[in-house]
Amino acid sequence: MSTAAAASRSWRPPPFIANPWLRRGMWLGVLAYLALAIGSLEINWVRVAEGLERGWRFISAFARPNFTGRWGEISAGILESLAMTVTATAIGVALAVPVGLGAARNLAPLPVYLFCRGLIALSRTFQEVIIAILFVKMFGFGPLAGMVTLVVGTIGFNAKLLAEDIESADPAAMEAIRATGGSWGQLITYGVQPQVMPRFTGLAAYRLDINFRESSVIGIVGAGGIGSTLNTAFDRYEFETAAAILLVIIVIVMMAEYSSGHIRRRFQ
Amino acid sequence: MPVTERDGVKVWRRRDRRSQFSIWLGWFFGTLLFVQAWRLVSEHTIWDFALDAPVQAWDLMVRMVPPRWSYIDSLWRPMWDTLNIATLGTLLSIAIAFPIAFLAARNTTPGLVFVRPAALLMIVSSRSINSLIWALLLVTVVGPGVLAGIIAIALRSIGFIGKLLYEAIEETDRVQVEAITATGASRPQQLTYGVLPQIMPAFAGISVYRWDINIRESTVLGLVGAGGIGLQLNASVSRLAWNEVTVIFIVIFVTVIVSEWVSAKVRHAII
Repeated sequence: MSTAAAASRSWRPPPFIANPWLRRGMWLGVLAYLALAIGSLEINWVRVAEGLERGWRFISAFARPNFTGRWGEISAGILESLAMTVTATAIGVALAVPVGLGAARNLAPLPVYLFCRGLIALSRTFQEVIIAILFVKMFGFGPLAGMVTLVVGTIGFNAKLLAEDIESADPAAMEAIRATGGSWGQLITYGVQPQVMPRFTGLAAYRLDINFRESSVIGIVGAGGIGSTLNTAFDRYEFETAAAILLVIIVIVMMAEYSSGHIRRRFQ
Repeated sequence: MPVTERDGVKVWRRRDRRSQFSIWLGWFFGTLLFVQAWRLVSEHTIWDFALDAPVQAWDLMVRMVPPRWSYIDSLWRPMWDTLNIATLGTLLSIAIAFPIAFLAARNTTPGLVFVRPAALLMIVSSRSINSLIWALLLVTVVGPGVLAGIIAIALRSIGFIGKLLYEAIEETDRVQVEAITATGASRPQQLTYGVLPQIMPAFAGISVYRWDINIRESTVLGLVGAGGIGLQLNASVSRLAWNEVTVIFIVIFVTVIVSEWVSAKVRHAII
């Protein structure tokens, strides 16, 4: 067999996008965008080169983090973050139940449905930090503003997922409760709640974990927690303290993730 | 079945005494924890400021409406920067996360003892630090500007994409890889023809999903100086120009809605 014949029999995997014109057009569009985007970046390479030394100092600071120097501030910040996380998750999950019920199309009348869905969409569109700016203006600096921010985020997250769960719940169970003449309250308690409860509990635990992560950043805009301590540490170029704070955050996040995963596995 | 007899009548309960008690204990300690946490929050709050929140909220409303629409002309450039931060950051993170995911997946990793834990550690540490904190750090290192934002977004996204991708790789069908191996294919060929086609849809979906999240995240990076519309937001908030803040919010709202729509469309088309 000649090499030409072998070449003609060689096989190529089919392309991801079948239409060749669409494929080439997309590549062209991507290239044009990249050229435009990278061309419009204004990067001060001199400054970057100067900063590399500082970056190296930061990375080496992880080898000798300074926990003791500002331990008072670090522990106060962490405690505040944890307190914000716990209160916000409890209040937010409690409030997510009525909103979630209202946002389920198979339970709520249309006006209630639209209102609750609008509420959820609004709280999910804006980044937590932006919401925190508004609440800091309203409630003043401190953990209360942060807590309210996290409550809003929790409602958006848990209510949306609860509503989706309710909508995909088995209608036969609800039908059966209705057939016995059960009231709306009984329908929820005996027809819906047993079906959605395990997942809802798991998602509440997951949200606890997310809220702690968020609580470590909203302090940057003055909403309490470890974020403000971290911000100060960076402003003072105290990289050893910053590294210590980051390590504490990473450890707590890992612990929270592990335990929330454990809780979720137990309940599902 | 927890059934007790009381006065000769069988009484059915949902749980036996032991699990009933442990649930009660769970609620008890949960409530205790909540009360303690609430006390701490309350102690650190200046209630005089907090209690006039309705007045402040009304004041904010009055100042935010009507929006200063003419301000939108100076927002096009920051918005373009924000889009670039999100897109270029996502592309950069894909380039880094793709090999890491293969190193972390149990069935493709070259070494279970050393390489896999190292890759997992990278994924975990990237995931536990928020992009705003990465930005805070990078602004002090590479200086304020779009570059810090791009790298911050990329560093945070590596963990997200890496984790979801390595889980997808671990869930691939082994039979297809075995079929490729049976033809005498080399290790890279097994990956390209056996594993890659199986994870491609998931990979594209994950990337687009992360891009959508990154658009939202990149709107605030400017608050710490990492470029984009957040810079304008920060400036307007510190000048108390709330009618400009409204315009910025509307621009962000529209952008996020559009990007969410695009991402949903693309994911729908792929999966």
